[in-house]
Amino acid sequence: MTVSLYDCRDAFTQTLEALAAENSDIVAVVNDSVGSSKLNGFRDKWPERLINVGIAEQNMIGVGAGLANGGKLPFVAGASCFLTGRALEQIKADIAYSNANVKLCGISSGMAYGELGPTHHSIEDFAWIRALPNLPIIAPADRHETAAAVKWAAGYVGPVYLRLSRVGVPDLFGPDHVFEPGRANQLRDGSDITLIANGVLTHRIMMAADILATRGLSARVLNMATVRPMDATTVERAARETGAILTVEEHTIFGGLGSAVAEVVVETHPVPMKFLGVPGVFAPTGSANFLLDHFGMSPDAIADAAQALIAKKG
Amino acid sequence: MLSIIFFRGFPKEMWIIGLTIGGLSISNDIRIFIHRCKMNASELAAIANRVRRRDLQAVYEAGAGHIGGELSVADILTVLYFHILNVDPARPRDPLRDRLVLSKGHTACMLYVILAEKGFLPKDEISTFLKPLSRLNGHPNCTKVPGVETNTGPLGHGLPVAVGMAKAAQLDRADWRTFVVTGDGEMQEGSNWEAIMAAAQFGLENLTLIIDHNRFQQGAALADTNNLAPLAPRLAAFGWAVEDVDGHDIPHLMRALSCDAIVRGKPKCIVAHTNKGQGISFMQDRVDWHHKVPNAAQYEQAMAELESAAK
Repeated sequence: MTVSLYDCRDAFTQTLEALAAENSDIVAVVNDSVGSSKLNGFRDKWPERLINVGIAEQNMIGVGAGLANGGKLPFVAGASCFLTGRALEQIKADIAYSNANVKLCGISSGMAYGELGPTHHSIEDFAWIRALPNLPIIAPADRHETAAAVKWAAGYVGPVYLRLSRVGVPDLFGPDHVFEPGRANQLRDGSDITLIANGVLTHRIMMAADILATRGLSARVLNMATVRPMDATTVERAARETGAILTVEEHTIFGGLGSAVAEVVVETHPVPMKFLGVPGVFAPTGSANFLLDHFGMSPDAIADAAQALIAKKG
Repeated sequence: MLSIIFFRGFPKEMWIIGLTIGGLSISNDIRIFIHRCKMNASELAAIANRVRRRDLQAVYEAGAGHIGGELSVADILTVLYFHILNVDPARPRDPLRDRLVLSKGHTACMLYVILAEKGFLPKDEISTFLKPLSRLNGHPNCTKVPGVETNTGPLGHGLPVAVGMAKAAQLDRADWRTFVVTGDGEMQEGSNWEAIMAAAQFGLENLTLIIDHNRFQQGAALADTNNLAPLAPRLAAFGWAVEDVDGHDIPHLMRALSCDAIVRGKPKCIVAHTNKGQGISFMQDRVDWHHKVPNAAQYEQAMAELESAAK
């Protein structure tokens, strides 16, 4: 059976266009990233409302904040690596601290730009943005969660960081999925261990759970789209009920999803944990999926890591 | 039901009165947009002197501040708030208000003093400047202080935000204006030049940048650091309409900032030639008064000079 894979950018732009048709205050702000953000359709429909500042990320974020001050609802979209890294102080001062109603959309996040190399990888953004108050971080796992998160963000008054990918992923949710911020989705129950991921990795931990099942091991699977604010209740319950937690992230293991989960675990119900992700190195050349495999995040490798962690429970 | 609506013409400062009768959704009450309080030059000079004295006292009492740049920007902010800006302390978030961004956020104390003078804050609150838990931080916070539009402090942030504000008004074909005040040293930040390019590309004639060109930055003279002077040709080369102004000449500021001075299709830059520490002899054009605090004797002398100038 062939599983269909979908580029979540399509869900992002389709949803944004549907919202923009209803709300004339919605504008898109880009840094010469119309095509890579898949905003050609938006531009053709509303050329005035597609604001292209050119290759100038600091200005892009500031302009987004100013548009929000002027009553607009800006979706600021650009390659995640530049949007967050190049303009981090603007995100801190102009967006988060000023409480600007701006939706930051990091496109092609994680290692989506694979072969383009570490300059184009966005595997520090969870850590950077998680350190800022007043900025929810959301990394949807499929096209339906992407659409639901974009809808939620448009209705939420305040800044949001949406971390979107271009790497094809299968459906995990249905078209009626409703996004609840700060709430993990339990995709599968289990008792021996909990696997936690988001974004393009959620479907991989689902596959890992299938592999573990063939080995007689029962894994709970949590999709943790919201990295901040963290769903502490669900994490604590997972620690208590399964006794081990494995996090898997398309991010450096320093300061990202695993760290956010661990902050809850150590303060509530300490259990053995393992962090899978990029282990503090610049990635070698390879496609996004190659690199995820390379760093031990193939479904088999995740299952192996989970099995080793379960063995540590004693 | 009767509604009276005043529209401000653009670019001329004309007021058109429209009458609508009947159950229109605008309002059940008579709505009058109160014309901003327009003061003449001598009244503005009196306010500028008063806010300088209040700022001096606040910095002296707080034991910190950025008095040199506060004194250089005092006349600019006074003319803006008491002659140009269409802002109402009773409705600080009115969507149609003019916007002022103080990008040189380290001179927040002068902004607070002027906002208090204008009625956005209680005047006696200035005495809390920099005190623990006061909302009057060393850099302005829009989430706590009415009249502040965006948080500034790190330099090079205000102009990009102002470009976004002006763009919003342009999209709405609204006639409210956006003003942003930067320091001259601040223009060394590359983000400003990103915004300068964008503003020209967008044709933001509703945007006015005022550069407080006091020729000194924190550690040294602009000329000895990264000399951007003369500023006017640089801005002109980027497609802006530029005017050199004596930043302490109130009638000149009034003219340069008025709607009449708007240039069609181009953002406007006013290079305001100012003096750091303007109004206090021993502070003027002295780089160490960027953020030095006067001792008791200096405070007395400075206050005496300002009081003498007020007469």
